[in-house]
Amino acid sequence: MKWATGLEFARARQAPWRSLLVWLILLGILLSGCSAPQQSTPQPGSSRTIINKGSDTLVNLALAWAEAYMALHPEVTISVTGGGSGTGLTAMLNGTIDLANASRSIKQEELDQAAKLGIEPIEYVVALDAIAIVVNLENPVDRITLPQLSAIYTGQITNWSQLGGDNLPIVLLSRESNSGTYVYFLENVIRLGDSDSKLLFAPDTLLMPSSEGISVEVRQNPNAIGYDGLGYVTPDQKVLAVAIDENSPYVKPSVETVNDGSYPISRELYMYTPGEPSGELAAYLEWIRTDGQELIPKLGFVPLIDEP
Amino acid sequence: MMTSPVDRREPIKLGAFLIEWFVRLAGLSTIGFVILIFFFLLREGIPALFEVPLSNLFGTAWYPTFGYYGTIPLILGSLLVTLTAVVIALPLGIASAVFVREVAPNWVREVLKPLIEVLAGIPSVVLGFFGMTILVPAIRTLLNIPTGLTAFSGALVLAYMALPTIISVAEDALDAVPKSYRDAGLAMGATRWQTIWRVVVPAARSGIVTAVMLGLGRAIGETMAVMMITGNAARMPLGLDALFKPVRTMTATVAAEMGEVAQGSVHYHVLFGIGIILFLVTFVINLFAAKSIFKKRYRGGLR
Repeated sequence: MKWATGLEFARARQAPWRSLLVWLILLGILLSGCSAPQQSTPQPGSSRTIINKGSDTLVNLALAWAEAYMALHPEVTISVTGGGSGTGLTAMLNGTIDLANASRSIKQEELDQAAKLGIEPIEYVVALDAIAIVVNLENPVDRITLPQLSAIYTGQITNWSQLGGDNLPIVLLSRESNSGTYVYFLENVIRLGDSDSKLLFAPDTLLMPSSEGISVEVRQNPNAIGYDGLGYVTPDQKVLAVAIDENSPYVKPSVETVNDGSYPISRELYMYTPGEPSGELAAYLEWIRTDGQELIPKLGFVPLIDEP
Repeated sequence: MMTSPVDRREPIKLGAFLIEWFVRLAGLSTIGFVILIFFFLLREGIPALFEVPLSNLFGTAWYPTFGYYGTIPLILGSLLVTLTAVVIALPLGIASAVFVREVAPNWVREVLKPLIEVLAGIPSVVLGFFGMTILVPAIRTLLNIPTGLTAFSGALVLAYMALPTIISVAEDALDAVPKSYRDAGLAMGATRWQTIWRVVVPAARSGIVTAVMLGLGRAIGETMAVMMITGNAARMPLGLDALFKPVRTMTATVAAEMGEVAQGSVHYHVLFGIGIILFLVTFVINLFAAKSIFKKRYRGGLR
């Protein structure tokens, strides 16, 4: 009954202006909530905090760089998170980060969106990476050609016996579609670099939300085949030697074979800034591309040969 | 207006007035937020209907990076995992509730009830990790299937997550059955089991339906654990063996892809479209749950 009295009280006595006031305050709170994010757009490079986000392939390397750089320059704070190349580039375009990591180069759509927002992304090649094809240690198969990989991932080869292995079904593992590795693998392995090709991953392909997801499944499942950046391959997985076709040499991924170009599935890894970097950000990028390169082999990636 | 009986009452203090308003606002804001969220979903999701032909949108191929936005495998995937989870959780949940309320001695009940509540508090990512490292390999070897990352694994973990909800609500429903029912059953010469199964459980039927509905709602919205252990392959879950093959649910799709999409792109709108579908499904489920709460049978002293 209190409720009803209160209501009548509000109506009869001091009602109109008071309830109006409450609504106005509420409206004010709502509006201020809406406009707040626009004020927090960071100014690239001007602060001593660098927010770095993107490719899961690059995240460990980016973390190692950040830690080493922060040890050298204690006044700088660098935060690193993963999420995928697309995630990082989108965050950069939305103005929430200073530096995006990407395991693929920026897409035309993303460039279009950047132009719309008045941002001019600048690309830096920071390292090279091999994409390793991994299987379970128990799997007797130890080499494979690119056309075979394409046939496996489009669902034409479905049993390991077709590749000289045991009579077991093949379980296809892939990264999620927001991964730069996914796009690279589709374009260069499944479609064999043919830009007119319309081939896609077989619908049965398991999309794992993380590199760790692929490792866990490959480690315990003798049927599984997966792909991932060389830096993520642990010793309890078997890395296959890959050949361009049956008549070419089978090559295992390593720093040497990526540098001399004999391993067929390798790529450049990138960092992007929204516009010309300045201050700490510029210094950090310069360091990555010079002294920072020494850290790369420890994490299983391949350093740039030429100094930029 | 001013001659109404209100005038003769004592004026209420300002403090009481403000508190009343605060409570009222807190209550109303819940409804307001739901409506705002729904309109936000509609605003972001409806454009998908105009950007993508319906034959594509309700097709069977989900390759969002390459312009195929078939949501049917995702909808069927969610339904398969959720319904299987409820089928698993229903008998376990009701049996547990009956045990806790009707069979267990007092001290056991005192231990079990808080434990069940702890169960509800386990973060889903922990269950997902447990599923990924323990359950998935076990299912693969036990059932001898190509991979353990299947709809069935997801359903098992979901069932486990829905159980606390089902047990708690069903137990409350059993608790509400008057003692006179049990006495009458026993007095008629029925055994304890017959009394429970033929008298008490049917009397608590509507509450048990509510329990199942709430469990269902819990299961269909679950994301993290499902994303980690169902394999996320957007295949059509048709055929008898679909349960033991990988599947991709709506929630996992939104969670995995939302971070990547450019705001305002077609893919973005389609993901919000999936959000609308999820919202509607949960809404309908809750509606049924509420309906069974309000339409209780007023009979023989039962509330």
